[in-house]
Amino acid sequence: MELLSGADMLIRSLQDEGIEYIYGYPGGAALHIYDALFRQDKVKHILVRHEQAAVHMADGYARATGKPGTVLVTSGPGATNTITGIATAFMDSIPMVVLCGQVASSLIGEDAFQETDMIGVSRPVVKHNLSVRHPQEIPEAIRKAYHIASTGRPGPVVVDIPKDMTTPNERYEYSYPKKVKLRSYNPALRGHSGQIKKAVDMLLAAKRPVIYAGGGVILGKATEQLTELTRLLGYPLTNTLMGIGCYPCSDKQHLGWLGMHGTYEANMTMHHSDLILAVGARFDDRVTNATEKFCPGARIVHIDIDPASISKTIDADVPIVGPVDSVLNEMLSLVKSAKEKPDADALAAWWKQIDEWRAFHGMRYETSDEVIKPQEVVEMLSRLTNGEAFVTSDVGQHQMFAAQYYKFDKPNRWINSGGLGTMGFGLPAAMGVKLTHPDDEVLCITGEGSIQMNIQELSTCKQYDLPVKIINLNNQALGMVKQWQDMNYESRHSQSYMESLPDFMKLVEAYGHVGIRIERKEDLEPKLKEALAMKDKLVFVDILIDRFEHVYPMQVARGSMKDMWLSKTERV
Amino acid sequence: MRRIISVLLENEPGALSRVVGLFSQRNYNIETLTVAPTEDETLSRLTVTTTGSDKVIEQITKQLNKLIEVVKLVDLTEGSHIERELMLVKLKATGSQRAEIKRTVDIFRGQIVDVTSSVYTVQLAGSSDKLDGFVQAVGTSGVLEVVRTGVSGIARGEKVLSL
Repeated sequence: MELLSGADMLIRSLQDEGIEYIYGYPGGAALHIYDALFRQDKVKHILVRHEQAAVHMADGYARATGKPGTVLVTSGPGATNTITGIATAFMDSIPMVVLCGQVASSLIGEDAFQETDMIGVSRPVVKHNLSVRHPQEIPEAIRKAYHIASTGRPGPVVVDIPKDMTTPNERYEYSYPKKVKLRSYNPALRGHSGQIKKAVDMLLAAKRPVIYAGGGVILGKATEQLTELTRLLGYPLTNTLMGIGCYPCSDKQHLGWLGMHGTYEANMTMHHSDLILAVGARFDDRVTNATEKFCPGARIVHIDIDPASISKTIDADVPIVGPVDSVLNEMLSLVKSAKEKPDADALAAWWKQIDEWRAFHGMRYETSDEVIKPQEVVEMLSRLTNGEAFVTSDVGQHQMFAAQYYKFDKPNRWINSGGLGTMGFGLPAAMGVKLTHPDDEVLCITGEGSIQMNIQELSTCKQYDLPVKIINLNNQALGMVKQWQDMNYESRHSQSYMESLPDFMKLVEAYGHVGIRIERKEDLEPKLKEALAMKDKLVFVDILIDRFEHVYPMQVARGSMKDMWLSKTERV
Repeated sequence: MRRIISVLLENEPGALSRVVGLFSQRNYNIETLTVAPTEDETLSRLTVTTTGSDKVIEQITKQLNKLIEVVKLVDLTEGSHIERELMLVKLKATGSQRAEIKRTVDIFRGQIVDVTSSVYTVQLAGSSDKLDGFVQAVGTSGVLEVVRTGVSGIARGEKVLSL
């Protein structure tokens, strides 16, 4: 058997795990590992400019490909800088392994230079974390980390590696474990058949059914099954912000997404339904609004791989713990073979009602001859890219506009920080996508607030030639904060203005990229086309948009699903 | 409602802090907590008493089960069970108090395990209620120091918590 140092074992384990890219930043405690990385060329390392961006890059990669992302950083500040990225991945259940250097074991606990208890610091925001205690444990630790990160409900796993575990002249026998045995970790492989049968009976008997699908459908690679079942039943479907793309947006059975900024018809349909089939969604507060007023007439079937997601906020009548793909497959075959069919008259009446709701609002917004509306920018981008681009976003109004007006027909294309709401996510996530999808259009729809939270990554884009398109919806304010201040604080705009914005054109040029500024409405289409035509260039499109626009619909705080503002003046 | 949750945990560094962290992170109560290795040296057994609605308790058990190091758990209060807690208490014991304390200790079936001219140290085992009762009976003014282990519990009858 081969003798390898801990550092070489680590890199070899990554190779054997099939890892193509790792994103990271070197430093003292990780130097043995970086040296091992240098002496091979299978695992490619992307050097970011800030560790948080490394994690978001890995995250973007994971969301676009469905494979776990990998990060390598040093101890202390290197490790703590990853925390926001890890928490982002944790909230959205993204598979990821973060390898952190640590000071030598003999120094742990002595407040050594660049020492941080990364196991302790990361504990609340990881699926699991582990520390290596002997170099020989490295292959198994790596196998275990990827296994835990990518099975069951996925999530980030941190591996803490003290420097003396990777000493070059201490060599041990290397073999990469094929399987990993964990007696206390056995995610469900299929749902309970009795429960599934019960759910199908309820589904077929429903008069006003709705399917409510979440990010779990995309993570669980069950979009085909979901689409087939939805079409077979002819029922309306709404999805969460995280579930965008799990069912084609352009299909007539699709109601758009639901919740705080969801469509009028999605929220109304949910509120008035008699049966909700929740698939890989977790009834979070941005969906349910006040839980005690949530969908009073609905019985709930809830499918989720994570038992703790079921009946956490809203009680399920029929809980089904299992992987969404296998559960939906079972449901499909039961529906196909069932003697009962959905009640056609009830369903027709239900659709008539839904179509009225749809016609009532229809995601309209006020247009203007003078100022550029953010909604029209996104609609135009959707049209110019045929709804096929990968779109990442940051957090705020632009995120909602992007999610509302870009028409996604495929999964894994909409990439945003839904759970944690992390500003600074968009650009590095787009980079992670572009790296592995060089021929696809990758848009980062952002705002002048968010983009500045990780703008240093323009430098990484130059180094690795990542021609993403940055669409900066510039309203010269922290738009969502300002909207809330308009609505709830009598327009007292406390700290929500960005008073001295940089000249983004000069800034991106300094980083070696192209800047385009759009101020007039008539320039919008030609200049966006010009930007998209520059296939091999990173283009930063700075668009001056309406400074006073709000995101609508917006649910009324502490109300039910159906209580919404539809514009600045209409409340239903 | 008060619950006693018994957990078999991988006997690994950091496993306990993960359990404790979960409780504070998700705003659950811990009233008592005891942990020690079992006859199987790879496992620790942890007993936690907590309070909460049925919904909260359901979440607690589900969230605990999600921790990779949690091998198995049971809510002992769901069935009939035995619970015990050990208390050591130092009491001021001078003059006529000495005989009175001795009598009370006997009634509660405790033992005086250390004696000085002015202090008795009493050992008492039983349910948490019984320990509370003893402290009340001797009167808090005479109590110099109390230390309690927290609750340990086991199911009655054939049921066992093991792998």
